[in-house]
Amino acid sequence: MWARVVRLTVRGGLGGRQAFATKANPQRSGSINADVIKHLERLALVDFGSREAVARLEKAIAFADRLRAVDTDGVEPMESVLEDRCLYLRSDNVAEGNCAEELLKNSSCVVEEYFVAPPGNISLPKLDEQEPFLHS
Amino acid sequence: MLGRTLGEVSVALKQGQITPTELCRKCLSLIQKTKFLNAYITVSEEVALKQAEESEERYKKGQSLGDLDGIPVAVKDNFSTSGIETTCASNMLKGYIPPFNATVVQKLLDQGALLMGKTNLDEFAMGSGSTDGVFGPVKNPWSYSKQRREKRQQQAQGESQAAEWLITGGSSGGSAAALAALTCSAALGSDTGGSTRNPAAHCGLVGFKPSYGLVSRHGLIPLVNSMDVPGILTRCVDDTAIVLGVLAGHDPKDSTTVQDPVKPFTLPSLTDVSKLCIGIPKEYAVPELSSEVRSLWSKAAGLFESAGAKVIEVSLPHTSCSIVCYHVLCASEVASNMARFDGLEYGHRCDINVSTEAMYAATRREGFSDVVRGRILSGNFFLLKENYENYFIKAQKVRRLIANDFVNVFNSGVDILLTPTTLSEAVPYLEFIKEDNRTRSAQGDIFTQAVNMAGLPAVSMPAALSHQGLPIGLQFIGRAFCDQKLLTVAKWFEKQVQFPVIQFPELMDGCSLVFENEKLASVSLQQ
Repeated sequence: MWARVVRLTVRGGLGGRQAFATKANPQRSGSINADVIKHLERLALVDFGSREAVARLEKAIAFADRLRAVDTDGVEPMESVLEDRCLYLRSDNVAEGNCAEELLKNSSCVVEEYFVAPPGNISLPKLDEQEPFLHS
Repeated sequence: MLGRTLGEVSVALKQGQITPTELCRKCLSLIQKTKFLNAYITVSEEVALKQAEESEERYKKGQSLGDLDGIPVAVKDNFSTSGIETTCASNMLKGYIPPFNATVVQKLLDQGALLMGKTNLDEFAMGSGSTDGVFGPVKNPWSYSKQRREKRQQQAQGESQAAEWLITGGSSGGSAAALAALTCSAALGSDTGGSTRNPAAHCGLVGFKPSYGLVSRHGLIPLVNSMDVPGILTRCVDDTAIVLGVLAGHDPKDSTTVQDPVKPFTLPSLTDVSKLCIGIPKEYAVPELSSEVRSLWSKAAGLFESAGAKVIEVSLPHTSCSIVCYHVLCASEVASNMARFDGLEYGHRCDINVSTEAMYAATRREGFSDVVRGRILSGNFFLLKENYENYFIKAQKVRRLIANDFVNVFNSGVDILLTPTTLSEAVPYLEFIKEDNRTRSAQGDIFTQAVNMAGLPAVSMPAALSHQGLPIGLQFIGRAFCDQKLLTVAKWFEKQVQFPVIQFPELMDGCSLVFENEKLASVSLQQ
């Protein structure tokens, strides 16, 4: 079962995984439904990969739900422990740089001074556009 | 020489009792002998020897740079080191060679320290066992200590149990193991929820978390920007003061460092604690706390009291929801911080080239472990529009309540808080892996993460050996930016307690050593 999903994934990006997610009846998983799974995978660009991962997220959410019991009326959110201090801003002068060569060295795909990325205006395949679930 | 404190080694170097290159070679040799601990991911042998030679030249000319000149240090592998692979124990960064040094690393190098290598950790510092990195788990050196073995023999548990090695705690377990195994004089860790203090407690070391904003995070690959700090691991508090003196201070490259002036300092030796007020937070006495740790905590409080200090019970009312709050904030910030790993500019990149999104997705699936992906997904869940208010903002509000709890206690006249660092001594690896990373992290971080949320300084001090011959640590927490005061009190405690040095007679004498059921079945040490 897993081997099949992995093969699909290699061929069609996340399409295979998403198909799995709906096929495995996510309604069983309580608050996480297929739409949320899809949405999270798309936002995070990281996939769940298994039922266990979805179960783990559900446990994480259940854990986080304990916060509801805390009374926070009139309390302002705290973003930083240093909120009482002014953020340090340095003067807008060029102090360093000119290290393009060094930075390009770390990339696996470079052409002259460019990082090379695949085409950007193609979204991940939508559910109805995926390849059919093939048998091995 | 290897078991001595940084201060003692520094004196020995200055007096010419040992040269930096001799010291460096001894450490490198011990690193080889203790390879089975899996403390190091990268051993920077050539770099260290070169630095040692340069240090030796300086000593010859009487121009040593200071207390850290020629001192071997190990650095956790989530600090960027120029020209030396930095992996964060993840496939995502395998082979990544940073073009710059983290500020704290640069400061150590500028003082002449020898970089022995990069140490193992939980992947991206997510974990409290140092068991979840791609290079495998780190073994606690105390598993093989004479102290533990003697206890086991007394309890007739026999050698067949010797293979049951213990975790170091995490996520800076590699740094802790490297230091506890005597392969260096100090080690850098990071501390987001207790990642320096937890392994310090399990490995019998001083694990110090500075106030947030005191030490630069530039070059520390971030986990939670509002809580991360570099942590300092040493064998004694005076050593911590030496290292902190070098590392602390404003860094123009890290705008979250405060601009208050900072000077290197020597810790006074307190003789009179009668003006001190120690607070014991009652909410930390949780049922899961082991009876041994609980009794040690009580004994420590008694120690202060009989020396004339005021010891009072205090309340940090929001303690019970602190770990939940940390869990939400951590996952949320992680989701954001991990977004930079897309395979384009650095790190792992997959073979798919259909589209950027497909490439990013596959790269991240291949590069990140389940634990990391799990946190990213949780974090993204908490940050969804429909959840933002109820989870993320809610957690930020609870954070304020937790931080205020501490402020209120300190304002009521308490100088230092005393709490356990961990629920128990180090557990066997096979026991630890029975639960998942999130559960273990929640247990491991329980006493330590509130401190990160409040940005306070804290230190785990080795307090005593357990009935199994294993270290137990206790945590001292101070007011923000009162790091010196905190370390001064810790130093007093250290003197009272006289925690034993770890003993590995076999490793030191050059005998052959056999570990049943270990992958590296025998370690034969020919000098």
